[in-house]
Amino acid sequence: MLIKIAKPSDLHESDVTPESIYLSRRRFMGGIAGLGAGLALSGHAQAAADDYSDVPEGDAPNWLKEKISDAKWDAITPSDPEKDALAPFDDASNYNNFFEFGTDKGDPARHAGSLETQPWSVVVDGEVNNGGRFALEDLVKPSQFEERIYRLRCVEAWSMVIPWLGIPLAEIIKRADPTSKAKYVRFETLVDPEQMRGQRSSFSIIDWPYVEGLRLDEAMHPLTIMAMGMYGRELPNQNGAPLRLVVPWKYGFKSIKSIVRISLVEEQPVNSWQKIASDEYGFYANVNPNVDHPRWSQATERRLPNTLFNSNTIDTRMFNGYEDEVAELYAGMDLRKQY
Amino acid sequence: MATQRKWLAWRVAVFLAALAPLVFWSWQVANNAAGPEPGRYLLLHIGIGALWLLLLTLSLTPLTKLTRWKGFALIRRQLGLWTLAYATLHMLSYALFILGLNWALLGSEIIKRPYIIVGMIALIGLAVLGATSNKWSMRRLGKRWKSLHKFSYVILGLVLLHFFWVVRADMQEWAMYAAIAALIMATRLPPVSRTLPKLRHRLSRA
Repeated sequence: MLIKIAKPSDLHESDVTPESIYLSRRRFMGGIAGLGAGLALSGHAQAAADDYSDVPEGDAPNWLKEKISDAKWDAITPSDPEKDALAPFDDASNYNNFFEFGTDKGDPARHAGSLETQPWSVVVDGEVNNGGRFALEDLVKPSQFEERIYRLRCVEAWSMVIPWLGIPLAEIIKRADPTSKAKYVRFETLVDPEQMRGQRSSFSIIDWPYVEGLRLDEAMHPLTIMAMGMYGRELPNQNGAPLRLVVPWKYGFKSIKSIVRISLVEEQPVNSWQKIASDEYGFYANVNPNVDHPRWSQATERRLPNTLFNSNTIDTRMFNGYEDEVAELYAGMDLRKQY
Repeated sequence: MATQRKWLAWRVAVFLAALAPLVFWSWQVANNAAGPEPGRYLLLHIGIGALWLLLLTLSLTPLTKLTRWKGFALIRRQLGLWTLAYATLHMLSYALFILGLNWALLGSEIIKRPYIIVGMIALIGLAVLGATSNKWSMRRLGKRWKSLHKFSYVILGLVLLHFFWVVRADMQEWAMYAAIAALIMATRLPPVSRTLPKLRHRLSRA
């Protein structure tokens, strides 16, 4: 129960993706002839969606560039790539919540330039045999990067489809070698008011550091990743560089950004939003159209980008459409109470 | 004649200044510079604009007392009506761009969400004040007109409550508006309101 070994059925989408399209996107866009055929065989009408040629180049350290170029592309993709078309990079990187940099959705892009992400180290501690402070590259280097195209559903009832680059969190946890007491994983974001101006606000109702948590089986689930890139490049600062969590079946606020500490713990952590308003935000925060936020409905979401006269409102799906993969984690639980 | 033309120019300038933000925001939306959710962009900007206009309208009386400049009183009705116009556009943006004119959803949202109820009450209040802002109503209502229009103080409170309930993480912006509102209301307390003309004398002598 504690450490869930991935079943062969868990990652069926990547299993049917032929080796040929794992090649780098840029090489693919360069026009290798046989590749088109391979792509067609894969059954994913991906070609148009995955052109990152207009995404601005970042400033990644060499080790990260290498990891990205060796990534397994399209490891998980939406089953309906037309309905779940990628959000443009500009929208995903200019319109998001990262309260460490301000409360307006444009604030992260405006103010996150001050964040210094190189070098970066992460403390792994708590109920582990192999803890310590690790340089980011040492923490992630043994794993191959994978591209995961996930729906991201914000608790504020909007959503975007984003192509992440990262590694399964399970691999980091396994290397940390949890003890039998480890039941939960607790994450912490950097606290540095010098670099993060939102943390300087004396009116903030968040008690820094931002804290998030997962049950160990959720953390070990193959869909759960630690992302270091998106759109074929490293993460922009405003999207949680250099290391963030992505849990696609939970509301976006669970996917904590700019992580400096990962602790294996025995007790369920109190995540920041639960601490601020436990009647509005729970520990689980699974996407659930049947349980409304007290101040707005969760039955539908606005898929962004939208336009003025088409709000692009779509029905929200149970577990954000990942029900087949994750529902068993919550068997027997009352999701109205454990929201 | 020349002074009359001067006051007309002043009122037209105020009209254009109040119109300008709407033109600018529409321009941003038309040029895809309003982000991936243009409807929400308009909703939030127009909402904050309505609050600004309400605060400006309510600051005209203390400003008149403080300066005795006639221009402030001349634009009071105009700014009040602009507040109503912005608040109406704010509500329409919500119905049109956020709810997508799904009236059934609007019905259930209004009942379930306290901040929407509070906002609707404030809007209805503004509409009543707008409808009675003409000379005919002033004559009809006589003394009662003044007490009716003091309801604008209650509306200010409702608007701040509406805003308070929408805030998710940081109270700074809200606290700023609340402080300005408190200052404007404080000038209406009898001891303060008596002091304002004296303050003007002292300022003019200095």
